[in-house]
Amino acid sequence: MLTEIANPKIRIEHVSYAYDGEEVLRDVTLDVPANAVTAFFGPAGGGKTTLLRLINRLNDLVEGTHLTGQILLDGQDVYATGTNIARLRRRVGMVFALPLPLPGTVRENVLYGPRLAGERDRSRQEEIVVRSLRQAALWDEVKDRLDGPASALSGGQQQRLCIARSLALEPEVLLLDEPTSGLDPISTAKVEESLLELKQHYTIIIVPHSVQQAARVADHAAFFLMGALIEYQPGKRIFTTPHDKRTEDYVTGRFG
Amino acid sequence: MQEISSRRYVVQRIGFGVLVLAALLVVLPILLVVGAIILKGIGAINWEFLTTMPRDGMKAGGIFPAIVGTLLLTLGAALAAIPFGVGGAIYLSEYARDTWLTRAIRLAIVNLAGIPSVVYGLFGLGLFVLFLRFGTSILAGSLTLAIMTLPIIISTSEEALRAVPMEFRTVSASLGGTRWQGIRNIVLPQALPGIITGVILGLLRAGGETAPILFTVAAFFLPRLPQSPFDQTMALPYHLYVISTQVPGMPLQVQYGTALALLALVLSLNVVATVIRSYFRRRRQW
Repeated sequence: MLTEIANPKIRIEHVSYAYDGEEVLRDVTLDVPANAVTAFFGPAGGGKTTLLRLINRLNDLVEGTHLTGQILLDGQDVYATGTNIARLRRRVGMVFALPLPLPGTVRENVLYGPRLAGERDRSRQEEIVVRSLRQAALWDEVKDRLDGPASALSGGQQQRLCIARSLALEPEVLLLDEPTSGLDPISTAKVEESLLELKQHYTIIIVPHSVQQAARVADHAAFFLMGALIEYQPGKRIFTTPHDKRTEDYVTGRFG
Repeated sequence: MQEISSRRYVVQRIGFGVLVLAALLVVLPILLVVGAIILKGIGAINWEFLTTMPRDGMKAGGIFPAIVGTLLLTLGAALAAIPFGVGGAIYLSEYARDTWLTRAIRLAIVNLAGIPSVVYGLFGLGLFVLFLRFGTSILAGSLTLAIMTLPIIISTSEEALRAVPMEFRTVSASLGGTRWQGIRNIVLPQALPGIITGVILGLLRAGGETAPILFTVAAFFLPRLPQSPFDQTMALPYHLYVISTQVPGMPLQVQYGTALALLALVLSLNVVATVIRSYFRRRRQW
């Protein structure tokens, strides 16, 4: 089982996490390589989403939790005291299961992060809008309605807008938590296509909404079951020749 | 079978009838009150009545200083109560954890709302007029009204803030926003209609109160406009009380005219509030 690689973008070391005394993650160790799509998959309640939200410290908003272990981004512990959390979250963007455009226009949504980061220059803002929407494969569909309400977009467009919104900050890592769970197959295909483009420049971790999606998009995949990392293999071998019986059962659809 | 369902139908009709009646009973008093006051008071309303000083021991002339006084008191109460009320609501909804302290604060708010208004008046007399030496003044009266308004503003604002889905805060945080930036940019604008409603409701109540201003600001008869926050002023509710009970031989029409002016002022503020609210609500999108 591969858990350590050379020069990982993210190194997760012996991470255990409890919420209200209940263990959600149990001694998880794995390395996430740069410029690739890594999938965390497995049945619901396995701790995949929690692990994602630990990487950009989004679970700081939750009370009554207990974390042990380390999460290193480029070798730096993201939980080290003195870490600038806002900057961490700009480096590690996140897209949620349900697309949630912020109130306001398409343009305002894309520029929400950059503006908070202090980007005031009009022409730079314009560049960000065009680049982000292009990268999220949404530009052609919304270029004429940038100043229309974001809530008027379709569900699939909204989700790609949320991806663009994260990309606007030029993050190094992109965390995707079941980004296509609410989308139709065509929108799903568009999102998956854009991932293939994006991984040239970004380190992507995705919690896919199905094994099939994991197999389609993942360069590496990790199987989680009830808070534990069961198996982690480079490439797509985990889907064809899983080592662990539980992985095999899940991948072949015996449970899930 | 046929018979049962037709009997149920009749029962349902009777049930609906009772419910409609109950709803009508709510409308009836307000129609009667407003109707009576308009009928008896409209004759007193004219430009002179609304814009001149009272004369002849208030039996003649107008109620201008009382109108101005009530507007000033309400404005003063708003200036004092809105920052503290909304600020408190933001703290309770967005920052406070569930501790004995926040529970104590909530308990205090609930109890503040239940205190009789005359007690606020005495409190204002003790704290603002005497202890802080503001004297009987617009400042003391406004602050007293503000304190009385606080619980309403805090509880309605907190409710409005909590109604904004948690996910907006999470999204803002995930894009590198601090907690305050999320509140300032997303949560507050979304909660604004509810907050405005609470503020207006609170201020309407304050503007129509007599007891809290009785000892803190209201002048029995002061036929000039106040010059500073430390002046006394006449105010509509107290003026109405005075001319209804303290001045023998007061023409009834003047009393009803004053009541109508107070009612119109309060209701028109209400309409303004509704317009503002619906404007902001149309811009809300969740």
